[in-house]
Amino acid sequence: MATSDKGKSLLICLGAVLLLALSWALPASGFLNPYIVQVLMYVGINMILTMALNLVNGYMGEFSVGHAGFMAIGAYVSSIITVAVLPRELAPWLFPLVLVMGGLAAAAAGLIVAYPSFRTRGDYLAIVTLAFNMIVKSVLENLEILGGPRGYLGMPRLTNLVWVTAWVLITLLILRNLIYSNFGRGIMAIREDEVAANLTSVDTRRVKIIAFLISAFFTGIAGGLFAHVLQFINPRSFSILKSTDMLVMVYLGGVGSLAGSLLGAAIFTVLLEVLRPLGLWRWVLGPLLLVLLMIFRPRGIMGLREWRWLQPVLAFGGGGQGPTAPGPPPA
Amino acid sequence: MRQILEIIDLSHNFGGLRAVSDFSLTVGEGELVGVIGPNGAGKTTIFNLITGVFRIAQGRILYQGEDITQWLSNRITAAGIARTFQNIRLFKDLTVLDNVRLGAFSRHRYSLMESLWRSSNFREQEERLTRRAYELLERFQVAHYAGVPARNLPYGEQRRIEIARALISQPRLLLLDEPAAGMNHAEAEELIRLIRELKEEFSLTILLIEHQMRVVLNLCQRVTVLDFGETIASGPPQEIHHHPAVLEAYLGRDI
Repeated sequence: MATSDKGKSLLICLGAVLLLALSWALPASGFLNPYIVQVLMYVGINMILTMALNLVNGYMGEFSVGHAGFMAIGAYVSSIITVAVLPRELAPWLFPLVLVMGGLAAAAAGLIVAYPSFRTRGDYLAIVTLAFNMIVKSVLENLEILGGPRGYLGMPRLTNLVWVTAWVLITLLILRNLIYSNFGRGIMAIREDEVAANLTSVDTRRVKIIAFLISAFFTGIAGGLFAHVLQFINPRSFSILKSTDMLVMVYLGGVGSLAGSLLGAAIFTVLLEVLRPLGLWRWVLGPLLLVLLMIFRPRGIMGLREWRWLQPVLAFGGGGQGPTAPGPPPA
Repeated sequence: MRQILEIIDLSHNFGGLRAVSDFSLTVGEGELVGVIGPNGAGKTTIFNLITGVFRIAQGRILYQGEDITQWLSNRITAAGIARTFQNIRLFKDLTVLDNVRLGAFSRHRYSLMESLWRSSNFREQEERLTRRAYELLERFQVAHYAGVPARNLPYGEQRRIEIARALISQPRLLLLDEPAAGMNHAEAEELIRLIRELKEEFSLTILLIEHQMRVVLNLCQRVTVLDFGETIASGPPQEIHHHPAVLEAYLGRDI
């Protein structure tokens, strides 16, 4: 068993390296045209967003509807750093650090949202996050120094497919390790039965706040990546509509599933691109899809299931999901 | 005998309804104490007050001499008071294994960071925890269900897994809320035997709620009888069995 476990880890590492190499080689060789590369980058960014939101809405069973607010904070903070703080020639080298700063800023905002929302039991989070999203957007629209409603520009195009792939892999790894741990089991216990979770000694308030901060952090990272693809951001990019898109990707792919998040983000992003000729009407797609999903398939494609290779080798039956029949650990 | 739990003049109201009224009870180390009473007598409310599900407005609760009246549920459980529920509350979509492992949530000794980079400490502890969970599942003859979502299990098995989940936290005091609910005579007999065994095996102190007289009278060393939130009798089972107030509460008054 030990050797096959090692083999599996090795295979996954190789796969990751191969993926990174491909995401460098394919655009560099001109094999993929820039438009396809651009779409792939959006797919990756949306994957990060979806995994992050899934942690709160899918694994923990809370309902955040304003994650675009965290994305906005990540995008603006990282953009300000690359435009106004860092010297141009240094920016590419410090790009990961810049993204982390954006992520931390988003997490700090997450703390402000999470702290009052999780003080009591109940569904306050939806209302608070909705309000938060609107506040962030209108604050940005009224800050002339950040371009107000016209937006903020001048960022170098620092995001490339390699960075996006790397961050998708990092997010995937960290969230997977989080979910398949004591802490992750606590998160899922909150979804299942909060009172029982408390009575099995889960400090639900602390677990909820930390999970929410982690989610906000990665949403902020995705925002930074997004800003440095487009090289231009404005407050409208981070409206409720963006939050709705994230919700659709989560519930399409499947709640409580990383595999589902990857699938949901990929399918939805590509679908939106394919439907570009529909013009304005394609914005009807998101909300409509959300309503239909909630009615007909509330758990999504991969709801509460996980691909085998995404589960850690030491899972011993995993985070409680999927038909994995675990054996007892070797004595 | 050392006192493990002391409940002093506990009262609780739901709106205008007095659910528990001046309830006092002392449980000594290693005792098996029962609280009985008809439906709606306030038994589960007492458990909810002990475990911090409801805030306590009147009365005090001491656990091993320490005042835990205002503690939060998770802290109370971590301190060594585990419980089961009358209407089973497993984490239904999680596997049986994870349900049991969750019982030891406060017992792990690795940080969040360690779980992110899978330190050797993390691996060791997860392995130990998982092995312990399997031991308990085997003890309750449900190990073959380890990878199955809890919701798919038969009722009786779900009850046993709830007990396993409570036991993995190594509690000193176990609160059982109507463990025989929905069981027939044979199953209840089996359960009585199991509870006796567990008490010895895990050196537990047990406080038990029941409304089936038979179970409590067979099992407990001391019994307290509740009716409409009031304590109407308390003493050894033989006495309680013939206590006029108890007969009245259960069977009604002679005309």
